[in-house]
Amino acid sequence: MTAVETPRAQAAPGTTASRKWVPPWRNPWRRPYVLATVTWLYILWSLLPVLIAVQFSFNDGRSRSTWQGFSLQWYCCNEGSVFQDPSLLLSLKNSLILGLATVLVATPLGVMLAMGLTRWRSRTSKVANGIALIPLVTPEIVVGSALYLVMVNLYQFVPLGRPAMLLGHVTFSISYVLVIVRSRLLSIGGEYEEAGRDLGASSLQAIRTILVPLLMPSIFASAMIVFASSLDDFVVSQFLYGDAANITVPIKLYSAVRAAPTPALNALATLLLVGSLLALFLAYVGLRARKRGPGSALDDLADYG
Amino acid sequence: MPDAKHGHDRETRRLWPALALPGTLWLIALFLVPTYAVMAVAFSGNINIFGEPIPAWNPLDWQFDTFLTVLSESVSGIYQAVWIRTAVYTFWALVICVGVGYPVAYYSARLAGKRRGLILALILAPWWINYITRMLAWVNLLQDDGYVNKLLGIVGIAPHSWLNGNSFTVVMALAYGYLPFFIIPLFASLDRIDGRLLEASRDLGLGSVRTFLHVTLPLSRLGLITAIVITALPMAGDYYTNTIVSGSPKTSMVGNQIELYLLQGPQKNLGASIVLLLSFVLLFFMLYYLFLTQRAAKDAR
Repeated sequence: MTAVETPRAQAAPGTTASRKWVPPWRNPWRRPYVLATVTWLYILWSLLPVLIAVQFSFNDGRSRSTWQGFSLQWYCCNEGSVFQDPSLLLSLKNSLILGLATVLVATPLGVMLAMGLTRWRSRTSKVANGIALIPLVTPEIVVGSALYLVMVNLYQFVPLGRPAMLLGHVTFSISYVLVIVRSRLLSIGGEYEEAGRDLGASSLQAIRTILVPLLMPSIFASAMIVFASSLDDFVVSQFLYGDAANITVPIKLYSAVRAAPTPALNALATLLLVGSLLALFLAYVGLRARKRGPGSALDDLADYG
Repeated sequence: MPDAKHGHDRETRRLWPALALPGTLWLIALFLVPTYAVMAVAFSGNINIFGEPIPAWNPLDWQFDTFLTVLSESVSGIYQAVWIRTAVYTFWALVICVGVGYPVAYYSARLAGKRRGLILALILAPWWINYITRMLAWVNLLQDDGYVNKLLGIVGIAPHSWLNGNSFTVVMALAYGYLPFFIIPLFASLDRIDGRLLEASRDLGLGSVRTFLHVTLPLSRLGLITAIVITALPMAGDYYTNTIVSGSPKTSMVGNQIELYLLQGPQKNLGASIVLLLSFVLLFFMLYYLFLTQRAAKDAR
């Protein structure tokens, strides 16, 4: 940290006493009020609308712009509430199943890929690593339309709907797992497995008993991040969902928002939010298990972003 | 013993490629092949009975008529307005991102002190809130009888219709949507700057402004470029923000045009051609970004 926030403000050494008056913009130790205000205003701007939307999910009326009192009617038991409207409930169920399935397929694939590409030092692995990172920087609309065109025209044995969406979600998720697990692999080095092998473990044993336990926090964190990003995905899902039986929550929100929505839509969004935050919290706990001390896990999450 | 060790080495040498194989095959089948499929559809010369293009899998059968038509219509013709609008919206949204995002990243990375953890958590929070939800939140606020118009009413400004093809709303929504993704890479790079360099600059007599211009800004240049590239890429291909907060052809962007052709009509070769064209435009940014990150990774090692 710089010295800026330390209370040395007036005690800048030596010459300060002989100087008359320093205008605030010349004083490097003044408190950064302007920047602090900008930051807090930004945080307010970025979160307040969402909080208001959550608030309106508890509205005791049909309006999404006028507060009419607290009620849970849009969550349960009223006609048109999340748990009464079949299409809202269906979208929630589809999102959760898809997220879970994506985690189950993408995490092992990504972890294996990360181990293979990191430990296997060759030209081919460098090329493969480069290819594996391209999905991260390709705009979603390009990924979505490419997957859509290939499913419709070439992989016709994969029906649009949950199977196609699963393939699509796994494709963009593998790269996340790769990045997270690879950074951990690079930081722990290869000595532990080598020691295990020197002591007589086969390579597979070394991976299973030494490498996987060492990687566990990052594997867990990447699984949670994959779950959250699958819940969050809109573009790839929209290109691949096929028909109304397979809609996910983001698709439902998108298609309903322009068509006379009720606070039930806000309730659905709130439930999705709770799901993502739960996954995030678990990822945070997982990352924290690896480093002690506050803040470090948050910094890690920031790095993975 | 050396013999056994040698056997081990050969075993592990085969193990790592074997582990990498499934994921690599997956990415080839579901990333590279789909990309090729876009070309096969864009360069298709035949249509089936539904009027949909029959993909030309063999490069020898490629017909470039559709693609060239789309290209010339994009340069001067029916798509020109859409491309210009996309560029203008992306530009202004990026200006807002830099104007708001840089101070926020700078403050939270370097000056936040005790509250750093809290501020970082709050800045990361929108990252985990569904994008569509965040847009939905603004649709609530921007309705004709929503809080924004009520607030303006208190100040004495007449209510405004925000959600019917308003360019200002689209640009603000894009900036709002992508700012979290802009701030974090910038935060990471500002965080890495050695505080002693800034103190040295001050000790050498530079004021805050000149320290910023001559030390902080050059040192965070890579982070700034990363932030701009990774927000510009999805912004340029965005269509859902636009549909949600505007829904009017008056503000339609390239992404809307792609979605229209691919999902709402038979002319998929037009859609695929626009995807290709957009990819070519963005490819430059993507490669530049990959180049920068590879170089940074090499420096870090």
